[in-house]
Amino acid sequence: MGGREATMVLLDENGIRCDGRKVDEPRRIMIKAGGLKNADGSAYIEFGENKILVGVFGPRDVHPKHMSNTDTGILRVRYHMEPFSVGERKNPAPSRREIEISKVIKEALEPAVMLEKFPRTAVDVYIEVLQADGGTRCAALSAASVALADAGIPMRDMVAAIAAGKVADTVILDVNNEEDQAGQADMPIGYMPSVEKITLLQLDGVLTPEEYKKCVEVGVNGCKIVYDLQKKALNDKYFGSGED
Amino acid sequence: MASTSVVDELKKTQILELLDQGKRVDGRALDEYREISIETNAIPKANGSAKVRIGDTEVICGVKIQPDRPFPDTGDKGIFICTAELLPLSHPTVETGPPGPDVIELARVVDRGIRESHMIDVSQLVIEQDKSVVGVFADNVVVDYDGNLFDACSYAATAALLSSKTPKWNMVNDVPTLVEGEESPVPITTIPVSVTMGKIGDHIIVDPNGDEWASMDARVTITSNSDGNICALQKGGRGGFTLEEMIQCGEISVRVGAKIREKLKEAQQGGQ
Repeated sequence: MGGREATMVLLDENGIRCDGRKVDEPRRIMIKAGGLKNADGSAYIEFGENKILVGVFGPRDVHPKHMSNTDTGILRVRYHMEPFSVGERKNPAPSRREIEISKVIKEALEPAVMLEKFPRTAVDVYIEVLQADGGTRCAALSAASVALADAGIPMRDMVAAIAAGKVADTVILDVNNEEDQAGQADMPIGYMPSVEKITLLQLDGVLTPEEYKKCVEVGVNGCKIVYDLQKKALNDKYFGSGED
Repeated sequence: MASTSVVDELKKTQILELLDQGKRVDGRALDEYREISIETNAIPKANGSAKVRIGDTEVICGVKIQPDRPFPDTGDKGIFICTAELLPLSHPTVETGPPGPDVIELARVVDRGIRESHMIDVSQLVIEQDKSVVGVFADNVVVDYDGNLFDACSYAATAALLSSKTPKWNMVNDVPTLVEGEESPVPITTIPVSVTMGKIGDHIIVDPNGDEWASMDARVTITSNSDGNICALQKGGRGGFTLEEMIQCGEISVRVGAKIREKLKEAQQGGQ
């Protein structure tokens, strides 16, 4: 073991991770529905050290008009990080990474939202990452689902999201920033638990077929934990208590 | 944020009728500020931060401090930059994309108020003259809109700067190198406070809310420092002020500003 002191120990001999969690344990998650006055729906999530605010508008008129579709409503998503959300100040202009994440989150939400009920309109989802610490796209997607529900937009299900991954040859749930940087694989998963559909899946890192299967399973199970907290957030706002 | 609709026109008539009776739509006195809440260290990853709420207007400011190259003509001074941005989730009319004239004015007025007060002693933020200095960036984001963003951004930036800790860097082989474990407060010389007033008809009101903001003929933002001196001013809107009105506005800003300065100090102590 002597040689490992030089680098961060991602998983110790007792199966405890660098931030003290067990392999299948997510970070602390707090979701709040509502909070913004002007948005039609909103949500705030704290996912470990991530702090993300989401506001939803619509269904509303589409500008520019040529983007509208006579057969269905359209979903537009902007994922944006504040300059102060990360270690080194981030340039406020949208980066290629943010544009890509906006797209994958949009495509993860589209199957959930009944856009066909609102032809010629747009639903706008604005995601603002106030503080980032690994796993922002999953936290953002989970919060966006709650914000859409809070806006009263008809949905087939909410999308819950969390990342699975691999560190020290072990499959883990909820990859944090250190594990993302130094680990072997990161697999964000978005999943609709009631409909049983995965709507977001990405992977970087190398996994054996067995590990891949395990990762998806661990991720889907993790999504169910997040899903309960999403429902609790809506319950807390609309029924005054977490239990119904 | 500034688009005028039929509803705004109707509200404007009502607001003006009330003001003629000495009343405001939300029951405040003409020189009465809304409830201000200031929470510092809202963003632990920033070097300093604050969340400010004035009525239903909410702004978050994060301060980032990092080594930077000095401007060629001021190699003996650090850099201070303050920005402001309206996030699209703050109001249904706000769109993504490059900022329009209103937002550019907002950012510049907020920056100027703090800069011109010399709140931050930039001469203490030099790592090596003409080569490397400390840059202090205060980025404001508007999260919810209910009028008077000028003051909300200004207080958020000021509170965030008051709560900021700057790391220390030394030059090693011509590269600024972080000295671990040495943090100190940002050098502060004064606490600037901006007070924005609107003019509706012949009435001057302090801290216009969203409806009042949409009904104003003109506005003025006046920043005063800890000595009670005025250090920045910006008039806006299509209407005008008389000389007497402008003098009155100056007095109001210093008087109201002094109370708000105490709130900022409390927030600084509470956040430590």
